[in-house]
Amino acid sequence: MDLSAINPVLLLASLMVAATPILLGGIGELVVEKSGVLNLGVEGMMITGAIAGFAATIETGSPALGFLIAAVAGAALSMLFALLTQYALANQVASGLALTLFGLGLSSLMGQGYVGLKPPSTPKLDIPLLSDIPFLGPVLFQHDPMVYIGIAIVAATWATLKYSRVGLVLRAVGENHDAAHALGYKVRLVRCAAIGFGGAMAGLGGAYLSLVRVPQWTEGMTAGAGWIALALVVFASWKPWRVMVGAYLFGGITVLQLNLQAAGVKIPVEYLSMSPYIITIIVLVIMSSGRGKAALGAPASMGRIFHATG
Amino acid sequence: MIRLEKRAQPSKVWTYATPLLAVVLTMLAGGLLFAALGKDPVLAIRTIFYEPLFGQHASFYLPQLLVKAAPLVLIAIGLSLGFRAGIWNIGAEGQYIIGALCGAGVGLAFYPTESVLIFPLMVIAGGLGGWAWAMIPAILKTRFGTNEILVSLMLVYVAEKLLIGMSLGLMKNPEGFGFPGSRNLAHYPSATSWIDQSLGLHWGVAAALIAVIAAYILLTRHMLGFNIRLAGQAPRAARFSGVNPNRLVVFCLGTSGALAGLAGLFEVAGPTGSVTDSFNVGYGFTAIIVAFLGRLHPVGILLAALLMSLTYIGGGIAQSQSELQLPAAAIQLFQGMLLFFLLATDLLTNYRLRLTRGATA
Amino acid sequence: MQKRTLLKGAVAALALAASPAFAESHGGEKTKVGFVYVGPITDGGWTQGHHHSATEMLKELGEDNVEMVYQENVAEGPDSERVMTQMALDGADIIFTTSFGFMDPTINVAAKFPDVKFEHATGYKTAPNVSVYSARFYEGRAIQGTIAGQMTKSNVVGYIGSVPIPEVIRGINSAYIHAKKVNPDVQFKIVWIYDWLDPAKEADAAKVLIEQGADVILQHTDSTAPLAIAKEAGNVIGFGQASDMYEYAPSPRVSSIIDNWAPYYTARVKAVMDGTWETTNTWDGIGPGMVGIGEITDAVPADVKAQAEEMKAAIAAGTYHPFTGPLKKQDGSDWLAEGEVADDGTLAGMNFYVEGIEGDIPQ
Repeated sequence: MDLSAINPVLLLASLMVAATPILLGGIGELVVEKSGVLNLGVEGMMITGAIAGFAATIETGSPALGFLIAAVAGAALSMLFALLTQYALANQVASGLALTLFGLGLSSLMGQGYVGLKPPSTPKLDIPLLSDIPFLGPVLFQHDPMVYIGIAIVAATWATLKYSRVGLVLRAVGENHDAAHALGYKVRLVRCAAIGFGGAMAGLGGAYLSLVRVPQWTEGMTAGAGWIALALVVFASWKPWRVMVGAYLFGGITVLQLNLQAAGVKIPVEYLSMSPYIITIIVLVIMSSGRGKAALGAPASMGRIFHATG
Repeated sequence: MIRLEKRAQPSKVWTYATPLLAVVLTMLAGGLLFAALGKDPVLAIRTIFYEPLFGQHASFYLPQLLVKAAPLVLIAIGLSLGFRAGIWNIGAEGQYIIGALCGAGVGLAFYPTESVLIFPLMVIAGGLGGWAWAMIPAILKTRFGTNEILVSLMLVYVAEKLLIGMSLGLMKNPEGFGFPGSRNLAHYPSATSWIDQSLGLHWGVAAALIAVIAAYILLTRHMLGFNIRLAGQAPRAARFSGVNPNRLVVFCLGTSGALAGLAGLFEVAGPTGSVTDSFNVGYGFTAIIVAFLGRLHPVGILLAALLMSLTYIGGGIAQSQSELQLPAAAIQLFQGMLLFFLLATDLLTNYRLRLTRGATA
Repeated sequence: MQKRTLLKGAVAALALAASPAFAESHGGEKTKVGFVYVGPITDGGWTQGHHHSATEMLKELGEDNVEMVYQENVAEGPDSERVMTQMALDGADIIFTTSFGFMDPTINVAAKFPDVKFEHATGYKTAPNVSVYSARFYEGRAIQGTIAGQMTKSNVVGYIGSVPIPEVIRGINSAYIHAKKVNPDVQFKIVWIYDWLDPAKEADAAKVLIEQGADVILQHTDSTAPLAIAKEAGNVIGFGQASDMYEYAPSPRVSSIIDNWAPYYTARVKAVMDGTWETTNTWDGIGPGMVGIGEITDAVPADVKAQAEEMKAAIAAGTYHPFTGPLKKQDGSDWLAEGEVADDGTLAGMNFYVEGIEGDIPQ
């Protein structure tokens, strides 16, 4: 056993990279759920974003364009879900699961010509001065732009939800769609926009996997990241900043677990990998028993079908 | 402008017509997809839907349809009770795994003793295992008001990790040359769930059929079934008429967990044979879709599960025939389409489409 | 009992009634070959290697003589059993099942179709119509170890393990023994990801190993992700696994272990055509060409390369066995005496590390 082999600077730095895909997927789903919709299709949208972004980058040579296309592809796929749940009034749980199945099939079909290719690398942002700060520099300021964009999106989501009118409407729709409708808000439109945002974020998260973190395309490469993103939202009790904390925790456990293994520490890997989920359940219980339902932040209308009569 | 008008009563005609309509639409869209891939669309559709049922080797495929559908039916029946009452267990996959682990654990513990008591004990352990795993979200819900959707989903991941741990550790076959995976229960006469393998008949198939009948009776003839439906349709009215919501939660989650656990046990002791890290193939999630495709009705679920199984089996044939050689991804996409159409067309059952001019909506 | 036979009769009658109208002819004299794959044929590793070899076999024997069918992404368990039966019913003469988890299903289906030949990869159960085949990948690991031991400057070699089964443990031992031989200070860091193919986790594992000082990465997982990470890190080398992964040459990929099943597939299908097929238990290595060593690039110094190639020749000729004593087990107990060579039985079930490797095999 040699714990000194673990370099905390590098551990923290790679934790930020490992957390970014689930952070993006999670923040998108948070907005979706805030609007009162439960979309279990994150995995399907993520993997579609992964291949769309990868293919676009290979074809154009530009990772930036790749990320953009990934977001568009994720959003486009989510519109299928929006159509089903908002217009055909289908059950959200079943539609989300079907979306995942569809996305997995679609992505592997799209990806058949892209196996074994190498994408042009996404340049790292070496922020002058800041990146030279000892410890903090390498941990925080030597990453690719998407790491910062991810954090910026979390900040923007938090500010929008908390301070803007858009955020207010979104929350109103999520809390009580009938009342929101009576107030003249376009419930369906708001929800479709939220679903689209969720799809775009999931697409970005997927592309981060195929363009930066791995970087390559392999069928089924998200390997459950979309499901973790779903768990994150719950863990965060629907608060944007906590999604970030959760993403670092979930991503961190994986990185830490590998680090401990490499350092020769005998750890029961399966039992350690269970821990984030068990922690999530405990958090859920504490939140729901503690200060009453309101503190939980779970949108009251979540998962319910809205149909305006009148 | 199209407007939706809610029907006072779900349309009887559309209840039966929408699944057919969805299948036809899927055939059209799927045909386009296959044609775009350069495959013969007619042959592809025929292979998927016709070959397993009436083709040359139907005598083999028909029983396989039952083998594939049985766990789906068993799980979906349990889930449908809760879904009707507005209780959302989406962690059946986890309950399925735990049921299999508990049941297989009992069987493996007795190996190589032969006794008629072993299999019944395994059944009890499997059911109890699934039940106990579902009791976690049930108790948390009734005690603390914790959301059961999320807790049951989280527990799926926990169960999956537990399964890996078991197949590499405690349950590993001591005579397996160090390979992961337990002894094969299908080769252990006292522990196998097979009744007749060539007929595709195992206790899970029998249990699935019994569950369909029992659920039908419960929902149409029994007070509890009435309460379940009432709680889903009019929660306030249900409370006034004395339905205890907590007891309903415990009953619905417990029943669906136990059935999922049983499905896992029958599967591990028969068709799959052993506990391995890849033992679960997503039946718990597919069953959720099956429950909705079957419109939460026992007979509907049976038919929906058979339809899903048909696309799996037919899709497999379409892959491995040299004149078609459809990629696996195309089959998956095709199944996705089928689900979308089935879910979307359900609209017609509960709503009426009205064409209106210059409406303001 | 009565009832069951009755039912069986009914099913059979149903099938009979349905079959004549749509019966398909079994297509002349072509030999029909089926492949059952556990992953997608584009996985870049294990399944792709089998599929590539299968198409090579088809080319070699000619499409006029052989008809090939396959099914990818087949789940282990009842699905695989159905797929095999389906191929047998459709007239396959020989079926290759290419994952360890297909072992019991293969045996079950083979019992029902005594006239169809089955070939199961990496398993240990045979039957009159079931052969097993596997490759001595550890021979390739010996060469990797030789290169790795001399290439590492930090004396830390990272090893990404998939699932702790004998094959993977053999590979670790073989690589370690030979790295140690050329570099007594070498240390192996091993991480297990509990999966054969999970690019994200493989990438994370490679990253962690590099962060902990490894400058050579060996992998027993199927994706090119570790190589991509090694490339990003700069002064780290790695090896292709299952397929050549030449797109990462000349560095970080300095060589590779290539699964080359094509000669075996060609020989076995030919044996079916000639009527000479019989049950065998094949465990071939570099000599017969089942294990290929990908080009050693110029990133490797000439003398190291020469040494590696010399070892390859010796293994191929059968004059050198990678597990030759004196060797001790990790706990210090004796395993092989001076000059003694490990027997296949011990190798097949290998569940211990050799002396010098740190850490425990996960249980």
